[in-house]
Amino acid sequence: MTARFAVGDRVTVRRADPPGHVRTPYYIRGKTGVVERHCGAFPNPEELAYGRDGLPATPLYRVRFRQREVWPDYAGQEADTVDIEIYEHWLEPV
Amino acid sequence: MNHVQDHAHPHETLPDQDEPLSYHQRMEVAVRELLIEKGVLNAGEIREAVERMDARSPADGARVVARAWVDPAFKARLLADGTAACLELGIDIRPTRLVAVENTPEVHNLIVCTLCSCYPRLLLGLPPDWYKSRAYRARAVREPRAVLAEFGTELPDGVTVRVHDSTADMRYLVIPMRPPGTEQLGEAELAALVTRDSMIGVALARRP
Repeated sequence: MTARFAVGDRVTVRRADPPGHVRTPYYIRGKTGVVERHCGAFPNPEELAYGRDGLPATPLYRVRFRQREVWPDYAGQEADTVDIEIYEHWLEPV
Repeated sequence: MNHVQDHAHPHETLPDQDEPLSYHQRMEVAVRELLIEKGVLNAGEIREAVERMDARSPADGARVVARAWVDPAFKARLLADGTAACLELGIDIRPTRLVAVENTPEVHNLIVCTLCSCYPRLLLGLPPDWYKSRAYRARAVREPRAVLAEFGTELPDGVTVRVHDSTADMRYLVIPMRPPGTEQLGEAELAALVTRDSMIGVALARRP
């Protein structure tokens, strides 16, 4: 599976609330960040959790978000960030 | 004179028994017993695996950081592929995929796993209890500077805080800044300054 997004691309995390085992933290859904790096492709853990094979392997990205955008009342500095690993099926182009 | 009268503040005796097993504890026992019953593993092999895991310590991580401090080419390889760089030092953490992040005068890195408690156990040993607590997991990502201050780590103004939420298949190692006044120290002496907490990012490396 080839990666859909390139390093530097702006991406938005899907605002979804599926049941079951999910690896995308709730606090980051609906937020927009920038692809920091490709991590490779991995069997989808949201499938593995139910005994399925999780294939084809899903591209995994590290996405960097500005803390001020994640938490509107964030008390730290403007440049502070949080980097999160997110699987491709959770990301949409901006 | 009985026990209670000996004390100014009598106290109740704590019950001397474990809590009832949780769902996941029962599941672990069931799976372990099945593995043994079906001959996949024996009890001794399971005990040895637990012992090996318990014996891992932050010393391996400290050795990696000390090498990165003295060898810029190694540091570049560590930042590019953490797992391969560890293997150069004879530390095999496969299949863990290690991402090393470097503290600088401009950037301070902090590691958390908000979903559970992912931690580079093969490099740092077992995680501290606080790393697994809900309070740390929720607050490290929400108010990292307040958390750092509670660990006694005050960052100068202008330093960017970069939190890494370890949500999936990567594990993280912070390369703390090399303390001032350590130019004459050898690699083993440097490694002694690299604490577990400095490699999680809640503290700085010790000063000699």
